[in-house]
Amino acid sequence: MFEYLAKRLLYAVPICITVSALCFSLVYLAPGDPLSAVLPADASQEIIDDVKAQYGLDKPVYVQYALWLGRAVTGDLGTSIGSGRPVAEEIGQAIVNSLILAAFASVVGFTIGSALGMIAGYHSGSTTDKMVSAIAISGVSVPHYWLGIVLVVIFSVKLNWLPAMGAGAGGSQAWQWDWEHMRFMILPAITLAAIPTGIITRSVRALVADTLSKEFVTALRAKGLTERTIFVHVVKNSAPTALSVVGVQLGYLMAGSILVETVFSWPGTGLLLNTAIFQRDIPLLQGTILVLALFFVGLNLLVDALQPLLDPRISRS
Amino acid sequence: MLNRQTPGATHTSDEPFVTIDNLQVTFHGGRQVVRAVNGVDLVLKTGEVTGLLGESGSGKSVTLRALMRILPPARSTITGSIRVGGREVLDMSDRDLADFRGGLASMIFQEPGLSLDPVYKVGDQIVESVVRHMGIDKKAARLRALEALEWVHIPSPETRLDAYPHEMSGGMLQRVMIALALSCSPKLLLADEPTTALDATVQIQVLLLLREMQRKFGMTTIFVTHDVGVAAEISDRVAVMYAGQVVEQGPVGEVLGDPKHPYTQGLLRSTIHGSMRGKRIDAIAGSPPDLANLPKGCAFSPRCKYAEPACTAGAPPNVAISADHDVRCVRFEAP
Repeated sequence: MFEYLAKRLLYAVPICITVSALCFSLVYLAPGDPLSAVLPADASQEIIDDVKAQYGLDKPVYVQYALWLGRAVTGDLGTSIGSGRPVAEEIGQAIVNSLILAAFASVVGFTIGSALGMIAGYHSGSTTDKMVSAIAISGVSVPHYWLGIVLVVIFSVKLNWLPAMGAGAGGSQAWQWDWEHMRFMILPAITLAAIPTGIITRSVRALVADTLSKEFVTALRAKGLTERTIFVHVVKNSAPTALSVVGVQLGYLMAGSILVETVFSWPGTGLLLNTAIFQRDIPLLQGTILVLALFFVGLNLLVDALQPLLDPRISRS
Repeated sequence: MLNRQTPGATHTSDEPFVTIDNLQVTFHGGRQVVRAVNGVDLVLKTGEVTGLLGESGSGKSVTLRALMRILPPARSTITGSIRVGGREVLDMSDRDLADFRGGLASMIFQEPGLSLDPVYKVGDQIVESVVRHMGIDKKAARLRALEALEWVHIPSPETRLDAYPHEMSGGMLQRVMIALALSCSPKLLLADEPTTALDATVQIQVLLLLREMQRKFGMTTIFVTHDVGVAAEISDRVAVMYAGQVVEQGPVGEVLGDPKHPYTQGLLRSTIHGSMRGKRIDAIAGSPPDLANLPKGCAFSPRCKYAEPACTAGAPPNVAISADHDVRCVRFEAP
């Protein structure tokens, strides 16, 4: 078990380095000059060179990367060009907000997805199964910014039940666990949950239907076990694969919420990315992508660590 | 091969333990209705081993699964009567059925590697069954599981209790399956081709083990196989199935030593053994019938070299040619 985990951890190192190099260099492929956003249009060449040197942009790209990486491992991701605040600080606040949103969306997505998937898997081929599959496919296919706007139109504009944007009254960014703040969460969380709900429903349905068709389930019936006990067997057999699907979805919830956070002006990493892209705020962009990518790597590592606890064949074979 | 004594007879008594009467099983999942079992009548005396012999698709496994009622209920219909120990299996409630399965009757499957839950330790899988049927706590059940592994001669059974199925070989897994099946002292053992998926050398070991277990505990046993040699080795009686019907049944020596039904004769002639080296194998011409479109009258008639007009005129009668030997063929009908 320890050896297995150490191996997984070791694999993660080159992935992290590649990821950091990719997100550093990708930014340079994008059109636009970060300095044009900061400097006045008529700035002299002298000032341009001076500011370039200040941000380290006069050095070759690989040197810039090495310097950036060196600072990044100590937690210093530079200073945001847009706000002038440290990037790490900006991301720290945003990631908390995104995590809260993602946590709510995943609780919604995973409970509904697993429940629907179980029902459809147990009744595979029936009308119920087809209805659930239709719901799952629409969850995956509906563009979620559109879904967000529709929900806003219904629940904020027409019914005036829930706020349309923000994470708290008066543009507050600090999260608190009370109803005043929770109200802001409901619409973005539901919108964000649509895709993972669909994907998890479909995966769990396939897994459960597949497990139920296995000979050992017939053998469990032949042992005289009740359907309830057999259900536990089915869950334990489906769990390892379901877990990896859930892990990937959790990562997407963190990173893939750009559109949803933008629609609802939710002050998370998605909105931060959006802002960084439009302001050509390169340090902020690089920092945010890096943190999100590392988050993915960390999640996969966590899934890898949990899987052998659920499936003995992974670590013991 | 066929001249074996009947040691199992020490447990045999004359009262029937299992009575299957006009069993019909149809599957209706696809476009066509498939008639897998078409009126099987079988009587098993207490402690007797019946070999159910036939080729693939003859309905022998389906008969066994109908007896346990483990066929998919949405896609299959079972009619007729199956009485085990005086109770009608087809009338049992879900609760009674769950008590019956694994308690009074237990089953050994063909593929041990596929029939055990891959994410449960083998010991826990036996314990689960023992707790369910014997009403004892987990600790006592674990001792029972250990005892069962000892019956089937698994080396270092204590450590094997905590092994997962993927850590054991096919032969060892089949021993585990047998231990699991015997753990709750069933009165009826259903073995569905338990040696077919194993290596040849392991096949014999498992077969000998099953015979040993049967003699030790004296369960009434149905042993499904397509292998004439295996049936001869383990059975007291043999029932030969073709197209969902028992075409011939009787004591093992009589049926395999002096087969009457043309299908049984063909089956025995097409069996390969050492003394046939260099000789031509006499296979049965044609192929088994489509169970969705059974031929009129005798299902074997299109392949039978003795076929006559009477064969296709109507269903062939079941003729008792001696006190304990039945043949389903018009040729034996009293004139």
